[in-house]
Amino acid sequence: MSILTYIAGWPLVAALVLVLVPRNYRVIIRAIAVLAMLISAVLAIKMFCQFVPWTPGAPAFQFEQQIPWVESLGISYHVGVDGLNVGLILMGAIVAFAATLCSYEIQTREKEFYILLLVMTGGILGAFASLDLFFFYFLHELALVPTFIMIGVWGRGEKKNYATFQITLYLSIGALIALIGLIALYLQSGANTFDIPKIIEHARANPLAVNAQNFIFPLLLFGFGILVSLWPFHSWAPLGYGAAPSPTAMLHAGVLKKFGLYGLIRIALPLLPQAAQSWAHVIAWLCVGNILYVGWVAMRQKDLNLLIGNSSVAHMGFIFLGIASLNLIGVTGAVLIMIAHGFLAALTFALSGYIYQQTGTLEMSKLGGLCRKLPFIGTALVMAAMAGCGLPGFANFVGEATVFFGAWKVFPFITVLALWGGLVIGGIYMTRAVRNILHGPLPEKWNSITAITHPWRKLPYALLLACLLVFGFLPKLLTEKINPDAEKVVSSYQLQVASLPSPDAKPKVNSIGNPQLAIVNK
Amino acid sequence: MLEISVIGLGLVLMLADLFVPAERRRFIGYAAIVALGVLLLTSLSGNGSCGQAGTAFHGMFINDALSLFFKQLFIVAAILVLFMAAEFSDKLAEGSVAEYYSLILFALAGMLFAASSNDFTMLFVSIELITITFYVLVSFQRSKLQSLEAGVKYLILGALSSAFMVFGIALIWGTTGELNFNSLAHFLAQNPEVANSQIFLLGVLLVLVGLGFKIATFPFQIWAPDVYQGAPTPTTAFLAIGSKAAGFVLLLRVLFTAVPSVTAHWANLLIVISGITILYGNLCAIPQRNLKRLLGYSSIAHAGYLLLGVAALSVSGQSALMYYLAGYVFTVMAAFFVITLVMRHLATEDISGLAGLNQRSPLLAATLTIAMVSLAGIPPLAGFFGKFLLLKAVIEAAQTTGNHGYYCLAFTTLAGVIISLYYYFGVIRTIYWSKDPADLSPIEISSPAKLSIWACIAGIFWIGLFPNTVLNVTNLAAAALGK
Repeated sequence: MSILTYIAGWPLVAALVLVLVPRNYRVIIRAIAVLAMLISAVLAIKMFCQFVPWTPGAPAFQFEQQIPWVESLGISYHVGVDGLNVGLILMGAIVAFAATLCSYEIQTREKEFYILLLVMTGGILGAFASLDLFFFYFLHELALVPTFIMIGVWGRGEKKNYATFQITLYLSIGALIALIGLIALYLQSGANTFDIPKIIEHARANPLAVNAQNFIFPLLLFGFGILVSLWPFHSWAPLGYGAAPSPTAMLHAGVLKKFGLYGLIRIALPLLPQAAQSWAHVIAWLCVGNILYVGWVAMRQKDLNLLIGNSSVAHMGFIFLGIASLNLIGVTGAVLIMIAHGFLAALTFALSGYIYQQTGTLEMSKLGGLCRKLPFIGTALVMAAMAGCGLPGFANFVGEATVFFGAWKVFPFITVLALWGGLVIGGIYMTRAVRNILHGPLPEKWNSITAITHPWRKLPYALLLACLLVFGFLPKLLTEKINPDAEKVVSSYQLQVASLPSPDAKPKVNSIGNPQLAIVNK
Repeated sequence: MLEISVIGLGLVLMLADLFVPAERRRFIGYAAIVALGVLLLTSLSGNGSCGQAGTAFHGMFINDALSLFFKQLFIVAAILVLFMAAEFSDKLAEGSVAEYYSLILFALAGMLFAASSNDFTMLFVSIELITITFYVLVSFQRSKLQSLEAGVKYLILGALSSAFMVFGIALIWGTTGELNFNSLAHFLAQNPEVANSQIFLLGVLLVLVGLGFKIATFPFQIWAPDVYQGAPTPTTAFLAIGSKAAGFVLLLRVLFTAVPSVTAHWANLLIVISGITILYGNLCAIPQRNLKRLLGYSSIAHAGYLLLGVAALSVSGQSALMYYLAGYVFTVMAAFFVITLVMRHLATEDISGLAGLNQRSPLLAATLTIAMVSLAGIPPLAGFFGKFLLLKAVIEAAQTTGNHGYYCLAFTTLAGVIISLYYYFGVIRTIYWSKDPADLSPIEISSPAKLSIWACIAGIFWIGLFPNTVLNVTNLAAAALGK
């Protein structure tokens, strides 16, 4: 049994165990959930440390395991990691652990909540580890459904029902469009297997016809795009996160949402190179919508959760920009931001959840001066806000800078716009939020709120911050793992570009790619 | 043979009614269940005559992998319906419970014949056996006006569709002189000009009209919501599964064994019908407040999904159809079981009657939720893998034939699934989130009912999570069809 099976399996096993525990044993229910997540996080850290960056000649995937499931269709349970998903699984497991620790805000029907949280975690970690197209989709859907239920049952705010329906319908449409694209891809590849590495290998020998690629790629792009809140399909995200209980928002915004991006990098880029190339411009312009338009929307928000939700949509734009650049630096940067943003989104939603729990509101005009009462939370929020606007030292900076380096060569104008959006607009709304919530006079009614004193309660926030800082100062931990595999993804593009008659833009990637990364790596 | 045993069992039950005292009538049902269980095990083990492949009565009756699969499906459905009927028995007219049981068995016999029919005569006889029994089953609650109304509606429309079908069969016989499916296909292959004659095509079309009525596909779906709503719940359940599946097995036989050369030209017709059926069923289900009526519309939509497998005109499509049916049995049975138990004491089956169900009976609430989620096609339940296979077959057809209609059909399906999420989740929301439910008294569930509910849940999960076994069987059955 691969360690990956345990990482994704423990939460699912714990969910089954919880079904049998009577509902009034609250402490035991919580303890089981926390323990399962802890085991899975520790295993993920262990796996991350044992992972060896790929070198030519080594097997493409590590910790592989394959069990046939439906032979007649070529579906098998197949897990394995390479540089693209090793960091995501680590991030997912840590965020899930932190989200479980933050779940003490849930006071009703705890048993069901923890079961759903565990199913969601197991599903998404399994989806990231899966190397089988069917399980990849299946496990993601398994993780998606609990999200809807959690928002519907434990959500908050007046718009809860509307938000639940909106997010359910929106994300289901996205998932189903992607499903049609995946089935079409499976059939078109002719490999008669759902095994991703085998399909890629098969496609390398017999590339897919260009018109088939041009049909499938938009399905995957928009299907996955809706899941990732690609502009203009993002409107579910701020409302949904605003209504979601904070552990759900942490897991969804942090981990589950990265599934669509991961799918694009893992499946669409290597299998549909020509189509990806012709769609790259569209993606780049759409991500300007994410970064600039949603950034502006975020500036106008009066509610902290809506602001965070919008800013997380805006951050997705950077990742799309990295993917659209289709070169080594851009894709590496995209994976870096995926990981960094996972920690960041989880951290901000955890913090806003704590503030909501204490004050009962997240309207920024009603808050103020909270830093005096909540020094720990306040400091963490300031740091999260700084990470959100891309301050060096946090992992987000590394990712965003890398993406900009990658995108500059291909879309200089868009990169300028994105930089402007990321640095200026992001800076404005983040600092404004910090000022409104943490500084200024403290309204009298908040005199009674209490700060966190117990170290156990501080743990999730500290853990997520620590991860942001560790990867901010030592991005090499990630880049050395991501680089060789990102190179495999983009290798087909470089070959094609090199053979094109006008070599002014992209071949530079090979020559200066690595030195620049080295600068970023320090 | 299975059929003879089932008819014999039905007769024995009617006789037993005379000897068994009234308060023990429930046990007649359990006896029938046990007997059917034995039959099912026999057919599964492959011993005895039911496992043998071959034909009888001059090729009118055929036993192959396809018929065996459908027979097992029908028997499972009948067992679950009998359980349900036993729970429902106190609502039926006084002293006629055993009659109800034996009618179910006669309908079952008709379905078994349908699964094996290889001849238009046999097709007509089995369809009539099913339909006529259902006229009685639908209007069985004689004291309830709605039930009688539903029975009359079903009778009129059913008779009309039978008339169409007989007319169609007559036209086919008139132009070709053949009634046997295999010899008809042989005849058509040798005389291709007949296959193009208008009269013959009209005949085939009219037969399809009759079958379309059974499976409630557009434009022959009008009866379904009314009849589903008015009929006693176990009848509705059997109608939703047995009658529909019987229609589909006959449709498969006619289209792919009897007139394959005609079917090949009708892809677009099937695509359009399937697409409209999906949209019609799902759109009309949105405003429904009566749960049985909602399931009536949703069953129209599911007829549309199942037609995807027919429209794909491929072995994988047929196999997907059967797989979907296998999952559909357990899902629909689970849903109707809950309706039976929750609503037998209510005047109407309004969705609001489910309010607070999660406090009244967590098991029933969970069962209905699982059934709805599976109908909506969400993993890891049966409905998801079935829809996955159907979509795969359709997209495969699009890629092999280059017919873009299939892509349109795939997207129509997608739209249908999204719409259906809305109303299925509406039901779930009523169960868990309705404000101040009126009635919070716990619901008592008898142990046989519990057993069958757990069986349904296990079936839904088994078919959703371990598709291998069933898929191998359906692949085999679909392969038998092409021979």
